[in-house]
Amino acid sequence: MGKAGGLPDVATVLVTTLLAGPVLAGLAGTVLPAFGYLPVLGHDSFSIEPFRKLVSMPGLTTSAALGFGTGLAASLISLTIVLVFTAAWAGTDTFRRLTRFLSPLLSVPHAAAAIGLAFLIAPSGFLVRLVSPWATGWTRPPEVLILHDPLGLAMTFGLVAKEVPFLFLMTLAALNRPHVQEYLKAGASLGYGRMATFFKIVLPQIYPLIRLPVLAVIAYATSVVDVAVILGPTTPQPLAPRLVGWMNDPNLSLRLMASAGALLQLLVSSGALLAYLLLEALAGACLRPRLANGHRHGREAGARISALLPMLTILAVMSLSMALLGVWSLARSWWFPAALPQAWSLERMLDALWAGGPSLGVTLIIACGAATVATGLALWLLEARGRRETGRLKVLIFLPLLLPQIGFLFGLQMFFLIAGLSGTLTGVLLAHLIFVFPYAFLALSDPWNRLDPRYAKAASSLGASRARVFFRVQLPLLLRPVLVTFAVAAAVSTGQYLPTLMIGAGRVVTVTTESVALASGGNRQIAALYALLQLAVPLAGFTLAALVPALAFRNRAAMRLER
Amino acid sequence: MSRLLAVSLGLLATFLASVAAVAQNNAPTAEWQATLDAARGQTVYFHAWGGEPRINAFIGWASREVERDYGVRVVHVKVSDTASVVSQVLTEKSVGKDSGGAVDLIWINGENFASMKENGLLAAPGWAQTLPNWQYVDVENMPTVAIDFTVPTDGQESPWGMAKLVFMHDSARLQTPPTTLEELLAFAQANPGRFTYPQPPNFHGTTFLKQILASTAPDPALLSRPVDETAFATVTAPLFAYLDALNPVLWHQGKAFPKDAAHMRRLLADGELDIAFSFNPGDAAAAIASGELPPTVRSFVPDGGTIGNTHFVAIPFNSSAQEGAQVFANFLLSPMAQSRKRDPEFWGDPTVLNVASLPESDRALFEAQNLGPAALSPQDLGPVLPEPHPSWVSALEDAWSARYGSR
Repeated sequence: MGKAGGLPDVATVLVTTLLAGPVLAGLAGTVLPAFGYLPVLGHDSFSIEPFRKLVSMPGLTTSAALGFGTGLAASLISLTIVLVFTAAWAGTDTFRRLTRFLSPLLSVPHAAAAIGLAFLIAPSGFLVRLVSPWATGWTRPPEVLILHDPLGLAMTFGLVAKEVPFLFLMTLAALNRPHVQEYLKAGASLGYGRMATFFKIVLPQIYPLIRLPVLAVIAYATSVVDVAVILGPTTPQPLAPRLVGWMNDPNLSLRLMASAGALLQLLVSSGALLAYLLLEALAGACLRPRLANGHRHGREAGARISALLPMLTILAVMSLSMALLGVWSLARSWWFPAALPQAWSLERMLDALWAGGPSLGVTLIIACGAATVATGLALWLLEARGRRETGRLKVLIFLPLLLPQIGFLFGLQMFFLIAGLSGTLTGVLLAHLIFVFPYAFLALSDPWNRLDPRYAKAASSLGASRARVFFRVQLPLLLRPVLVTFAVAAAVSTGQYLPTLMIGAGRVVTVTTESVALASGGNRQIAALYALLQLAVPLAGFTLAALVPALAFRNRAAMRLER
Repeated sequence: MSRLLAVSLGLLATFLASVAAVAQNNAPTAEWQATLDAARGQTVYFHAWGGEPRINAFIGWASREVERDYGVRVVHVKVSDTASVVSQVLTEKSVGKDSGGAVDLIWINGENFASMKENGLLAAPGWAQTLPNWQYVDVENMPTVAIDFTVPTDGQESPWGMAKLVFMHDSARLQTPPTTLEELLAFAQANPGRFTYPQPPNFHGTTFLKQILASTAPDPALLSRPVDETAFATVTAPLFAYLDALNPVLWHQGKAFPKDAAHMRRLLADGELDIAFSFNPGDAAAAIASGELPPTVRSFVPDGGTIGNTHFVAIPFNSSAQEGAQVFANFLLSPMAQSRKRDPEFWGDPTVLNVASLPESDRALFEAQNLGPAALSPQDLGPVLPEPHPSWVSALEDAWSARYGSR
């Protein structure tokens, strides 16, 4: 694959042009107004006024701190829960059983998870209803602040519940690399405890594989909007939802300040990423000497149980939240303190299915299209670049994940309008690609790089062409990660709200845009119904990703998943 | 029996109305005929808030009617926030897209209208008054049909319905609701945590502030003029004194506020709150009918009246289906559409027409209606307090946010 140093290959050029245009347009659409330049509103000179106005907003520091704190804390807690659980239980039956439950949770959209969780833990929610009034004496919901607490604990919890399945799936994929089983056996035969083996031998080797996903989670969690609106503090809100408010204010000149705020949000997210990298370096420095100190940590029963508890809690909370959404989707009225609805209605469900059908079709077309292109492009790029450094390219690829969407999209909307793609299916698909491709690349690049190069060499030495090596050797070996990538990409595409709305101009309607519009009326039954519709596409994707390899590899012992 | 009579009267009236409509269609003015001809075959993308299934169903019905009668296809683009539509048109203008815009008609009022008007995002003035059904609009008794939040509409938007701030309470928990601001405060102090309002700058939250302001301002005339920084402090002093007293006894001690009116209404349904409010006098009745509020909920209006306004439809400057949009706007003003809209079974939104001035058959459509026990009769709705000048909105929101929005 020797092209090192020469002209860039076709795939690199393609990805660069595909991403660079929109990314630059999006950036310009954020940076220029932030410095006072927005000619359409009559602002045609540069100034730092927007920043001055931003700084004068009450509670700005608190908002920024909330975004930073909840995002970083949620990411760290999620990572800890996943790693400790994997360390304690990988390879056991319990692990396999829980895995089966956890993976489908990945397809739950963030907003749906938050709505379900809110109904579970609110003072008038399901848990209180279960014990009221017979045990508590409450005939009215107690006046306690559980949701929207000023410290953002409910929001952090919601984020953890949603990020744990994602990080867990990424860790599972990493565990699937060769030789992990041998390490575990070697550790055990040397008398190391299960957890000690994982942390001392396995983790240092698989950590590089889960590092990028962790960074993506931090970038996402520090700038999340929907979860923050449903569960987060309100006086003040974290920075990201406030940005959306400013950007959508009828007073259009607030856009300038909103753009300055988007740059601040960028700073908050990159600050959290930097803080994580610092923590990582610190942890590395402190822990490295202990890796080789020879302590076996044989007694670990207590630790293993406490590793299981948080995971079980999340599983229970998420399953219960989803079940509650299911009940709500059929409930017409459900007054406090009844533990079950008083009035049921199938009519609205049928209505929603009838009315939501076309939007579900559009969602499916866009999700499959974006996922196919993103996965194919990621594979092509990886194959074409071989093992060359992707440093600078990576910055471009991951930029759309780091920039707060709301600031970035105004420029993107103009770009698509000029290109004449606004309001078209193609336009929306391309816009999704910008946000879907990073995840596809993220999910595929490590499996690709860990693929034993000797397979390709052996095939080449037998006279196979590069294309034949790719299609007959590399692709089948990577079938599982490729399908998982496809499912992740489809899930990300389905979840896109603002890009669909702004590029689709209301002419491209997906389940997600439809559900946000319908949910703005506050009808829980409808919100629940559409949350379930939104769940359908990713769930189908992940189910396929699990079923197809099982079928294809049913008589290939070495290709089975080892956990 | 009387119900049967009402239904048959209604049916008869509908029949007569369609006869009347046909009679009207037979003799449109030459200009309107030209509009009708140009509109035939056009597709109108109507961007309208989509959070209420009943309203969506009403728009669906209206679309089918105009498609059948005028060959105009209307697509309801369900929107969660009207400001995002303003933003869409603004972006189109900024890249020079002067025709073929994505939005043909938009459901709008207040700040969003003021903002679109000021930034030249609307179709040329005057079209609204040329609609044939404009003649029935109650311009005389309802000044807000032509003056939107103190900003003259200049015929750049056509009225669709009336809004008025109406409070609701659950009579199962609270029999006699407070009817003055003092009583409301006393109620909240006696029942901490059972009252709140959506967090400004949410539209309904800001309206609550305007309501207190309009009833406490020493000189209400100041409110109809652009906000004056020196006067602001004195005019708003009673408002903030009131809110200072109210804040600690609000839901969650004022540490968190509901996101919007829908969230507040859900808290009323969940029993967390005893009082909520809405801009649609028919909201409680409609929500009871759809199972979203308990049947024990009742509406009330504080003494002295509440803030009221009108909601409109407007055409953006770059719509490529302007004629179709006008035909649809005209249909929305027709007695048939207006009376159906007022019926709580379909929506429950008050009419902008002067019912007394309608032809006999059209008037019967309105007179046959039964608005249900949770709705208030027009007499019980009380006087309408005018909206302050739009510039007060951001001044109020900033001051609120500095005091209560960041602790």
